[in-house]
Amino acid sequence: MNIVALIKQVPDTYSERKLRAEDGLLDRAASDSVIDEISERTVEAALQLTESHGGEVTVLCMGPGSAADAIRKALSMGADKAVHLSDDALAGSDAVQTAHALAQAIKTVDGVDLILAGNGASDGRVSAVPAMVADVLDLPALTHAREITVDGTSVTVRRETDRGAVVLTAGLPAVISVSEKINEPRYPSFKGIMAAKKKPVTQLTAADAGIEAGEAGLASALTTVTSVTPKPPKSAGEKVPDEGDGGSKIAAYLVAQRLI
Amino acid sequence: MLSDEEQIVVQAVADWVDREVRPVVRDLEHAGTYPGKLIEQMKEMGIYGLAIPGPWGDAPVSMPCYALVTAELSRGWMSLAGAMGGHTVVAKLLLAFGTAEQQDRYLPKMATGETRATMALTEPGGGSDLQAMTTTARRDGDSYLVNGTKTWISNARRSGLIALLCKTDPDARPRHTGVSILLVEHGPGLTVSKDLPKLGYKGVESCELVFEDYRAPAGAVLGGAEGQGFAQMMKGLETGRIQVASRALGVAQAAFDDALRYATEREAFGVPIWKHQSIGNYLADSATKITAARQLILHAAERFDSGQRCDMEAGMAKLFASEIAMQVALDAVRVHGGYGYSTEYDVERYFRDAPLMIVGEGTNEIQRNVIAAQLVKRGGLDRT
Repeated sequence: MNIVALIKQVPDTYSERKLRAEDGLLDRAASDSVIDEISERTVEAALQLTESHGGEVTVLCMGPGSAADAIRKALSMGADKAVHLSDDALAGSDAVQTAHALAQAIKTVDGVDLILAGNGASDGRVSAVPAMVADVLDLPALTHAREITVDGTSVTVRRETDRGAVVLTAGLPAVISVSEKINEPRYPSFKGIMAAKKKPVTQLTAADAGIEAGEAGLASALTTVTSVTPKPPKSAGEKVPDEGDGGSKIAAYLVAQRLI
Repeated sequence: MLSDEEQIVVQAVADWVDREVRPVVRDLEHAGTYPGKLIEQMKEMGIYGLAIPGPWGDAPVSMPCYALVTAELSRGWMSLAGAMGGHTVVAKLLLAFGTAEQQDRYLPKMATGETRATMALTEPGGGSDLQAMTTTARRDGDSYLVNGTKTWISNARRSGLIALLCKTDPDARPRHTGVSILLVEHGPGLTVSKDLPKLGYKGVESCELVFEDYRAPAGAVLGGAEGQGFAQMMKGLETGRIQVASRALGVAQAAFDDALRYATEREAFGVPIWKHQSIGNYLADSATKITAARQLILHAAERFDSGQRCDMEAGMAKLFASEIAMQVALDAVRVHGGYGYSTEYDVERYFRDAPLMIVGEGTNEIQRNVIAAQLVKRGGLDRT
């Protein structure tokens, strides 16, 4: 069972994240870049499936040269090989363009049974790309999975929402997006770290993946950032001295805010 | 000096410490709980195989990398570094001196952590004067009959292999020629005492081992020949001292990190307290000492990897790093003021953990003896 795991490098959630004033794109220099946590869970889910069903995990990452670090992390966790789609022409692509580009890159991998992705990256938060990839490739989309079971030629996922659990089944190949509850990703072992360097990473340009000029990139994006406003500085908040009636005061505050 | 892979290894341990250790360490430590889950994760990462190359292990690293991994573990909780230090020394002993049979028997399971190892040197009647030890192993037919008591044995209950320093010839002169290392496993005649109470270094057990007519097979002598034990253990302790120095470095780093953060967040007289010169000076001095300790450790570790004798360099690193860790921990208490004395903060733990490295793995008084003797023997300090 061969799996493509889509991963993304994002600005570290724990560092200061900024958008560039001139074009509204991410200011990559402003923060540390790390593999997205949901991508680690995606790789973990893929590894668990191949560990019980056999096959290979290929990680696919669209991103600048520096995303090689995210790829290496996924390989050190145990993925078998990687495809790095990297081209200046792809910079600033919106969700539709990204889905199209990823779909093109997925086609370069032979015999794919399953495509796994996170249900949303921690930077853009559009959370539409997995479903769009499925649409472009004309495959079933099983989104927000917290449990995946593969049975021969079909796959079943359990999706949990505020309104209850939904069980989805589709034939392979299919696209699955995983939720934060899917698993706890493993830490790379030292053996995995040492082995990662020797694993094959295929470098793809836009042209290699058959992405035409005008199909990707900021200039032809369907969505446009019209303005960027930095988040306001943290306000001082309200201090409530506890004179034996702290509990009542907190309750009164919450009532005033219409929170209770 | 670290390869790309080794830097990633150190970073991976640092990430693990931040995510898994720091959030739980205070509760585990105060309750004296054995960190079973953390130790299992350490095994999965490969911490127990760091010193073990193929064909037995699969991810050995350089001594500088090993030192920095140890420091990262200790930055989270010194006891975690204590749960793998003796293990590495025994692994190095087996690699350097073990027979092929001994290596094949122990190293594969030690590399995964399935078998953990510890060493037994100190006796209730004497720690520093190793040659005066009274534990004996007398040949009796095709086995040894072992009698005596060892104390302060870390991880004693959970170690399946104990490298026991003992006398196979108590009458030998000079005395050290009668010393051997026996590779001992738990069995009849070996009793492990209850955990010894300690100031710090909680969570992992330190125990007394009592041997009463314990029988070890004749093939249990490390390397096969009697009388080599003292020289073998002196080589092993080079690793041990670099390891203990690295533990001190980790404690000092943790104490400094907390002090720096607190000094930038806490305000007094209208400014963050680091802007008060007295507090700023603590930070400057602590960071300078830590940087110097780190370089001394890496210097000793590089010399170890070059194959040269490094007991003096390892001794210097251990002496300096442990002394400054205590100072940095105390200064972190000062920076935190009353909170530094509170058990709701971590700095009181650093203050309790730091003294172990001063008295452990050869007291600092003994380190000074080793350094002085080597200085005279080598004709002074190398300036190249």
